[in-house]
Amino acid sequence: MIAIFQNYGGLLLQGFGQTLLCSIIALFFSLIIGSMFAIFETTPVKFLRVIARIYIEVFRNIPLLVITMFFFVVIPMFVAKISGFAAGTIGLTIYTSAFIAETVRAGIQSVDPGQMEGARANGLSFWQAMRYIVLPQAFRYVIPPLGNQFINLVKNSSVLAFVAGFDLMYQGNVIASDSLSTMSTYVCIGLLYLVITLPLSYWMRYLEKKLA
Amino acid sequence: MKDFIDAYSWINMRYLFQGLGITVIVSIASIAGSYVIGALLGIIRYVNIRFISPIVGLVIDIIRNLPLLLIIFFTYFGLPNLGFRPSSIWATIIAMIVFESTMIAEIVRSGIQAVDPGQMEGARANGLTYAQAMQHIILPQAMKKMIPALVSQFISLIKDTSLATIIVLPDLMHNAQIVYGQNSTYILPMFLMLAIMYFVVCYALSLVSRSLERRLN
Repeated sequence: MIAIFQNYGGLLLQGFGQTLLCSIIALFFSLIIGSMFAIFETTPVKFLRVIARIYIEVFRNIPLLVITMFFFVVIPMFVAKISGFAAGTIGLTIYTSAFIAETVRAGIQSVDPGQMEGARANGLSFWQAMRYIVLPQAFRYVIPPLGNQFINLVKNSSVLAFVAGFDLMYQGNVIASDSLSTMSTYVCIGLLYLVITLPLSYWMRYLEKKLA
Repeated sequence: MKDFIDAYSWINMRYLFQGLGITVIVSIASIAGSYVIGALLGIIRYVNIRFISPIVGLVIDIIRNLPLLLIIFFTYFGLPNLGFRPSSIWATIIAMIVFESTMIAEIVRSGIQAVDPGQMEGARANGLTYAQAMQHIILPQAMKKMIPALVSQFISLIKDTSLATIIVLPDLMHNAQIVYGQNSTYILPMFLMLAIMYFVVCYALSLVSRSLERRLN
């Protein structure tokens, strides 16, 4: 195991970096898209609600691998050639945003509806009330579940291995077939994933207890 | 249009349905196994047995924070070192049970914790033993609270079986890849059909959960 770290440290570090980079990019965009659809779901406009419902239900019920492979295989045929890393990150963003939308929606709905009514009665528009009154309160509730979504996102980023995304899992397979010591390579890879996910998971559990 | 009609020929569709069958069988076996083991682990973690519960808790935390894909590799490449060489179906089922039972253990534990502690005290005060109170009073109430989380976990289990194509499990994803590998005009129709089939299975399960919730409340 120590030999793996010594001989393939560069590859492991590169994979670790790619996994982290892809997770952070996907988290950023899926937070934006997810919050947008969550707001759509709570607007009085029926058309927006239907759109949001369809988006969430469709992408929550299709495997991440299918979405990612779609961007890796189909999009280059019709639109433009994209790298495996980009395909994986786009797939992750779309998939995760559907889950984040559900989480944020639950957060918005857990804010007392009187807050929205009060804001509207004081002359704020729906969007202003959402932006300044409801969302800041909702985000406090949703921080622990959002953290868990980020942990899932880091774990799910291993699908990049299917599309040559040069992430940790992909490099793991490369190292395993090169060094022939399969098990110790995968143990190293597992440790590197735990470095990201385990502290986050304990932190979120602590926050959950503190906020509850 | 002609691409779609060609792609959805009887032979291709039969092949896809065979794959769907494998996906469903693997999912049902994994759901059954991980539900039983996960519930046991969750209760062990909740009741706080000395020495055992902290170790179980640590193992659960480690496994549930690893990617499922890595667990699949561990079972497929690691078990042969222990003298057991599983087929890809068994490797997938074992990996799924190991991974999902830790997720379910967490759901069960937080479900039990969400039951008012007065319920346990009341049951004990009325002369029930701890085990009886657990079985007849606490678990049925916890069950109600757990259903939505459990079902969404089962839905992710079904979706995640697609990852096992990497160890050549002949499931829906794998069979679709074989079909579109023959002819590049089949790619778009096959992805559409993949999305539809997975969606129908998973959405049906979420509808069942919703009606179950409504009946229990």
